[in-house]
This record gives sequence, structure tokens and C-alpha cells, in this order.
Amino acid sequence: RGMAAAALLLLLLVAGPGPRRAGAGRERRDALREELLLSPLPTGDVAATFQFRTRWDADLQQGAVSHYRLFPKALGRLVAALGVRELHLALTQGFWRTRFWGQPPLQAPAGAELWVWFQPTVTDVDKAWKELSNILSGIFCASLNFIDSTNTVTPTASFKPLGLANGTDHHLLRYAVLPREVVCTENLTPWKKLLPCGSKAGLAVLLKAERLFHSSYHSQAVHIRPVCRDASCLAVSWELRQTLTVVFDVFSSGQGKKDWSLFKMFSRTLTDACPLASQSKVYVDISPKNKEKELLEVTPPPTSVHEAVVQGDKKTYAVYDLLSPSLFNTSRSLNVQLKWKRPQDSSEMPIPVLHAQRYVGGYGLQTGEICTLIYNTHPYRAFPVILLETVPWYLRLYVHTLTIITKGKENKPSYIHYQPAQDRRRPHLLEMLIQLPANSVTKITIQFERALLKWTEYPPDPNHGFYVGSSVLSALVPSVIAMKDVDMEQSPLFTSLFPSSDGSSYFVRLYTEPLLVNLPTPDFSMPYNVICLTCTVVAVCYGSFYNLLTRTFHVEEPSRGGLAKRLANVIRKFRGVPPL
Amino acid sequence: MAAPLVLVVLAAVTVRAALFRSSLAAFIAERVEVVSPLSAWKRVVEGLALLDLGVSPYSGAIFHETPLIIYLFHFLIEYAELVFMITDVLTAVALYLAVQDFNKVVFKKQKLLIELDKYAPDVAELIQTPMDMHYIPLKVALFYLLNPYTVMSCVAKSTCAINNSVIAFFILATIKGSAFLSAVFLALATYQSLYPLTLFAPALLYLLQRQFIPIKLKSKSFWLYTMQYASLYLCSLVVIICLSFFLLNSWDFIPSVYGFILSVPDLTPNIGLFWYFFAEMFEHFSLFFVCVFQINVFFYTIPLAIKLKEHPVFFMFVQIAIISIFKSYPTVGDVALYMAFLPVWSHLYRFLRNIFILSCVLIFCSFLFPVLWHLWIYAGSANSNFYYAITLTFNIGQILLISDYFYAFLRREYYLTHGLHLTRQDGTEAMLVLK
Repeated sequence: RGMAAAALLLLLLVAGPGPRRAGAGRERRDALREELLLSPLPTGDVAATFQFRTRWDADLQQGAVSHYRLFPKALGRLVAALGVRELHLALTQGFWRTRFWGQPPLQAPAGAELWVWFQPTVTDVDKAWKELSNILSGIFCASLNFIDSTNTVTPTASFKPLGLANGTDHHLLRYAVLPREVVCTENLTPWKKLLPCGSKAGLAVLLKAERLFHSSYHSQAVHIRPVCRDASCLAVSWELRQTLTVVFDVFSSGQGKKDWSLFKMFSRTLTDACPLASQSKVYVDISPKNKEKELLEVTPPPTSVHEAVVQGDKKTYAVYDLLSPSLFNTSRSLNVQLKWKRPQDSSEMPIPVLHAQRYVGGYGLQTGEICTLIYNTHPYRAFPVILLETVPWYLRLYVHTLTIITKGKENKPSYIHYQPAQDRRRPHLLEMLIQLPANSVTKITIQFERALLKWTEYPPDPNHGFYVGSSVLSALVPSVIAMKDVDMEQSPLFTSLFPSSDGSSYFVRLYTEPLLVNLPTPDFSMPYNVICLTCTVVAVCYGSFYNLLTRTFHVEEPSRGGLAKRLANVIRKFRGVPPL
Repeated sequence: MAAPLVLVVLAAVTVRAALFRSSLAAFIAERVEVVSPLSAWKRVVEGLALLDLGVSPYSGAIFHETPLIIYLFHFLIEYAELVFMITDVLTAVALYLAVQDFNKVVFKKQKLLIELDKYAPDVAELIQTPMDMHYIPLKVALFYLLNPYTVMSCVAKSTCAINNSVIAFFILATIKGSAFLSAVFLALATYQSLYPLTLFAPALLYLLQRQFIPIKLKSKSFWLYTMQYASLYLCSLVVIICLSFFLLNSWDFIPSVYGFILSVPDLTPNIGLFWYFFAEMFEHFSLFFVCVFQINVFFYTIPLAIKLKEHPVFFMFVQIAIISIFKSYPTVGDVALYMAFLPVWSHLYRFLRNIFILSCVLIFCSFLFPVLWHLWIYAGSANSNFYYAITLTFNIGQILLISDYFYAFLRREYYLTHGLHLTRQDGTEAMLVLK
């Protein structure tokens, strides 16, 4: 009997792990890859980009999926219930200085940005959008419920789907940005909770709020999109990427010294990989700048060195594979340290091919001008860029004042889509396709008029100003070196977020600065006084006209005496003066 | 009479041309006292630019002009300055001819009443003579063309000038006695800015008077004529609105133009009373007060019609003034229109009580408007209350001016029928009071 029991136990043990590897059975396969990219920036700062990618071979749209393993249930249910095809939510604090830091791997505008493609089966997209923003507001503890028709637009050219797409009817796309939104610890915590290992194992142990928010730029994002399950693309898998980019400032976090280490940045070190992850790697960008020998030294020595063409440039990465057994042989924790061999010349900062800035011109509270400068620093290649501007309705844009000047001459855009704003209902949407000649600066200016709002429509601090969300520049920038096609499964995550159409250019999405614009304010202490005074003026007119219309002229009859007159006569009699 | 008019026109055109070429033109074109969201030239250009981009001008909240203006300026945009100067000249000429005709009518009526012994014996000094009235039309044209308000409106290319021109032609057609043209121009004026609807009553009264139809509610001829005039007016209005539909193939212009005028969503400061009132209004009462303020423009018509049924042209003057003061987006161009009529009532000067103070108030307020605007918007050392105060003062000044003229008019009528030197029952000099 003991033998039978032992045989049964053995059978169960063998059969136990079986169903999980079956794949096409009752459960679906899901896989987690986590990755950290450390890139030193030309100014001495360091950027750390975390990416956690969960791929799930299930079709969330059809069939009730009830067993969630790595894919978070909150987001899975959301996608299934509201007919979401793609979702991109980013919460950002700070601004990525493209001019000094180089092209960002993935940029997001300051505040909260949400753009969603819905499935063609969704009939009322606006209703689904409203529900979605409210549910996400609850999941991420962010005030996304302020997203309504006054800050939502439907771009036609800028936000093409990043995942699989059958057709692109842009009426299924919604884009909203809340520039006033602040990101803090209470947004980080629910974001971390969505990770399969939470913040207890793997790369996520580095995500501690007290260090992450003491930085120049902090951006956390969630991207959900459908991808091909394999090369034949017969079935669809769902991909969830959670990315977090943080830039540590050399002066405030680095105490003025350019030597960085994981402990210095995050006050933690890595101890192990997430047990649920199929891949867990740390990449450090050790590309030589200006074709010199490596100035940057990393310790401990990396597991391997990876070379790739990223954003048009050949780059070298030192790779630390947390799943390889040799990594934690010598020490229990991994603290990657970056040291510079000799002081770097700060005069030779490489300028990114495409960068932009935006500012408000003019003076006074009546009119103003939005100026955008776009720089194309490529020496001989011209390329087009799509500019998307969303301006709130209370800054009334005048599109006949739109001027685009390149190298002193007018530059007519080849495509303009302009949707004027409606008061209190929808914002302005301006999308243009502009050709940028090689080595040029393009200045785009448009004038606006500032509206006077009702006193209840001002925020609690009205003289702080109103935020205008960042404008979006999408371009296919020509690359110096031809790029090979990227295999989604094999290459690092930071190379596979944007689909590349051909090897000669790479896709870049840049955001400009948000603007802060003052509006004229009424006096908030005066509602009752104003109502009384204005009604008094109307009453003066009414009273005068009433008198003139209802009364007629009469010869004045001598009044026999009012009380005052009689009293005056009495006093006069006493004085001896003749009466009135 | 033509030569002085031509001189006045030449002087006016010269002044306007000089200002168009100077740097003041851009400054004047963005003054909020001169342009409003309904009449700004910048918005007309914006609407035409939107049309060029393939977007309906009425899909946004910038353009609130009628399709007629789109049609007009689609072809004439190059000659805009010329168009506005010609419009001003046409308005002045129309007012000149109208007042000339009106003077003849007044004189004839006066003669009739004297012969019928309706006047008291000692009112010789109150009777208007042709010598007095000879220069009035020229003064009216002068008052309109050289009024700084009109000049600024023209230099700013405010479409208020076009509205004024249509109203002037309506007045000319009414005084000449042509019911058809009067109805057409009134329909056009209503189509342009909605409020001239109230001028239907004075026009009807004048035409009835001209046809010698007595104004009795039981009279059949009265109702017949009223129906004729009303149907002419309504048919012209319907035709014009349908033509506008066919221009852009949509009814979008109705909420954009008339819905905008009536619901006042844009709170851009102007010389009127609406903007600050609705900027500070409690949200709960907003609809109620919008209705109250709009009714306020229309509801003086019937009482004035009852009181002034014998004097429809004065009624028209008072009605135009009420529209200019209480419309939702007034500008100085509207004020200039009724001020052009003041020389017609110059014989009332001796009965005006407060004319000096009121004219001082109006002149000072006109100078203070740009100063306080600059202090609020550009210097930041004043706030919106300063500009609002000047708005209140200016409007009170206008209201008291109109009621002063109304008082003087009624007083003169009383003296005409009862005699200038009034005595009481005991023979002493009498005072006249309104009771």
C-alpha cells in the first residue's frame, strides 16, 4: 500500500507541472521580461529606464478569461470590458531636455497623458473614454477623472497604433493631456503593485520613492497593445509594458561628482532576479563618444557586451544578466558602478538630430503668441515632422496668423488639420506636416486672444496661470547607420517599443515644454456688488422711462402746506419775517 | 445743399484714409470698445481663412458673422478699406436724405396743426422754421461722418458700420414711404444683428401715419396694413435666411450667430453691461438673468409705441438708443448711430436739463476707457473693477441723455398745446411737473 501511495505521489509530481507547459490547454502562456537601462547623459546626469514587459498569449477580447497570472487583472478586465485596443498612460514630472540629454528612448509630456485606440466594435467611443478615464483614475490614484471633452482631442495623423492594427479609423482614437497633474508616491505605489513581483524581487526593488522623486525627470508609463504571437502573425498576444524613466541630476543626487552607482542612485542594490521573469537584465550604455576609446568603466565586469544600432547610432552596452548563475558568485548583491577614466570634455556635446522648444510671446493679458522652434541638425538630410498642438478653448487661436518660417522664407505645410475650439466644449486641435530642410531652424508662430472666464471657472490660484499641454512632434528621423529589423523576442526591450518600418530611419516622438499662460481675472470678491450695481443701472433706465411714459405734465398746484413748510412758517412768525 | 455735403464727405474720407495709413490703425483695430466678438475684422478674416482650410467657419467659437458677410467679403477682401469708407459715406448720405424728407414732413404737419388751431397762441418761438431746419441734414451727416466713434469704427473695419448702413437705409426707405423697401431693409437689419426687430413698431406707425390710416385697434384698414407690412417683413426675412442656408449648406449659422447674441457665452469686455455681470453671476441664476437682460431690450417697445404714436421718428430714435445701450455686445459704432440724430432734435435744447454734465460724463468716460484698460491688462496695477466702473458710468450717461431728450420732447409738446407762458389759477407764474 505504501508503494501504491508513493507511486501515486510520484505520478502527481510528474503530472503536476505538466499542464503549465501545455500552452494551448486551459491556461495561456505568459512571460515576463524585466530590464534596466542605465545611460550616462552628456551633461553628467544619468538616466535609468526600467521596462517590465508581460506578454500573454490570450485573446482578451473574446472568451471570458478568468485566470490571470502575470498579467494584472485590473488592466485585463479593463481592456476586455471597454473594448480597448491600445492604451498608453504616462504620468510625468519634469521635462526631458532633448537638447542637452539627447534623444529620449521614450518621452512623455509633463503631467498626465492618456491616449487610447478603441476596437471598431465600440459604438459610443466618448462614453467608453469617460468610463476608462474614471477607472484608470481609481487604479492609479491620479486625477484622470478631470479628463473630459474640454481637453480631449481626436488627432488624425499623430498617434498611429503601435501594436497590431487592422485599419485606422481615427474616430476610434482619443488623446488627452492634463499638464497640471502632479506625480508623487501615491501614483508610484499602485503602479508597482501591477508588477508580477511587486517591489519585492528583481529590478523593482530599486524603485524606492524617496530617491525616485528626488530627480530631474520622473516618468512612469503603462502601455498595453496587441502584438503578433509569432512570425506568422496568425494569433494575437497582449503585451503590457510598464516603463519608468528617471534622470538623476549630477548636482542634487550626485553631489557634484559624475561617478554613479546603483547604490548612489537608488540607495539599494540588486540581490536577485524576479523568480517569475524569464529574462532579467541590466544594460549600461558604454558607447564611446566621439569615436574615442571607452572613457567609461563599469564594475563589476559585465556578463556580456551587446552591440546594437539604436536611434540611428551604433551603441555598445554592457549587459548584466541577473538570471545567469555566475553573477552572484562573488557577492550577494549587484551594485553596478560607472567610473570615468579621465575627465570628459564637456565642449563636445552631441546635438540630437531633432529637438524643439516652445514658448509664449507677447505681453499683457489681451493677446499673445505661441512660438515653436524646431531644429533639424542633420547636415544633409531633410525630413518631415508632424506637429500636434492642443490648445485649451480659452486661448482663442487665430489660424490666419499661423506663420511657418524656415531660413527666412515661408514654409507651407503639406497637410493641415485644424479643428477650432468650441467654448467650454472642446479645445483647439492643430496638426501639421512640416518639411524640415537640412540644418535649419523652423519657427512656427500663431497668435491667440485670452478669454475672460466666469468667476467659477478659475482654479483656486487664478494668478498662477493656466497650463497649455505640450505639443507633440512625431517624425521618422533618418539614421546615420542602417538598422536591421528588430526581433521582438530577442532584442532588448528598449529597442522594440516603436515599430520600425525600414532600416533607414527610426521613429521619434518628442514633446515640447508645457506653457503657463495668465488670463485676465475678474474680482472674485464682488459678485453681489456687481449684480447690485448693474441692476441699479438698468433700474435707472427703467425708472426714468417709467416716469416719462406713465406720467403727464401738469401745472403745479400750490401746495397748501407740507409739514416742513408749516413748521417753517411758524418759526418765521416768531422771528417776525413774512411767511413763505 | 449738395456742395457742402460733398465737402463733408471729402473731409471724412481724408481723415479715414490718413488713419488707415498710419500706425494707429492696428492699435484701434484691437480696442475692445470699438470691436466686439460680433463685429471684429480679425474674426472676419479668421472665418474666411477657416473656409479656405475647408473647415466651416461656424464650427468654432470665433466667427459670429452672418453668411452674407462671408459672401460679401469673399470677393471684396482686397478692398476692405474702400468698402468700409464707402459704407460710412452711404450711411451719411442716407441719413442726410432721410432727415431732409423728414423735415419736410415735420413742416407740413406743423402747418396743418397751426391751421387747425391746435397750438396755443403764444408758442411762436417754439415753431420750427425752414430757416432753422435748413442745415439740419448737413449737421446730421457731419455728426455721423466726423464723430470720432464712427471714424474709429471705420478704421478698425468693424462690421458695425455695415449694420449702421443697413439701418440708415431702412430709415430712409421708411421716411420716403416705401413699405416694401422698408420691410426688406428691416429684415436685413434684423438678420444682421437681431435687435432691430424692435424697429418694426416705429416703422409701422410712421407708414400708417403717412397713409393717413388712423391707429385704432378696431379699425380694419389698420389691421390690413399691419398684416401687409408684417408679411412683407417676414417673407423677406425667410428669403434671406434661406439664401444663407444655401451658401454653406447648413443651418450652423443660426446657433452661431443668433444663439451667440442671445446666450452671451463670450465674456470679452466691452462698453456694455453684460460682460462683467455674467462673469460674476452665480451659475444657478445665469439663465434667468440672460433672459431678463434680453427682454429688457425688447420690452420698452410697446409702452413707447403707446406714448409716442404721434411721433414715430422720435420713437425710432429712442428705440435705436435703447438697442445701442442694452444690446449684448455694444460698441461705440452703435452709439455713433443714434448720436447722429441729435441735430434733428436741436430745437429741444432749451428744455434739456443736464446736457452739460452728461456730455462731460460721456467725453471723460470715452477718454478713461483706454486708460483703465491699459492699467488692467498691460500695467497690472488696476483690476477689472476700474474698467467696469467706467462702463457703468458711460451707460448711465447714455441713459440719462436719452431720458433727458425724451423729457424735453414731451415738455415741448405740452407747451405747444398749452402755451408757453403758463399761469396758475391765481395768475402767478406756474411750474411744470411730471405727475
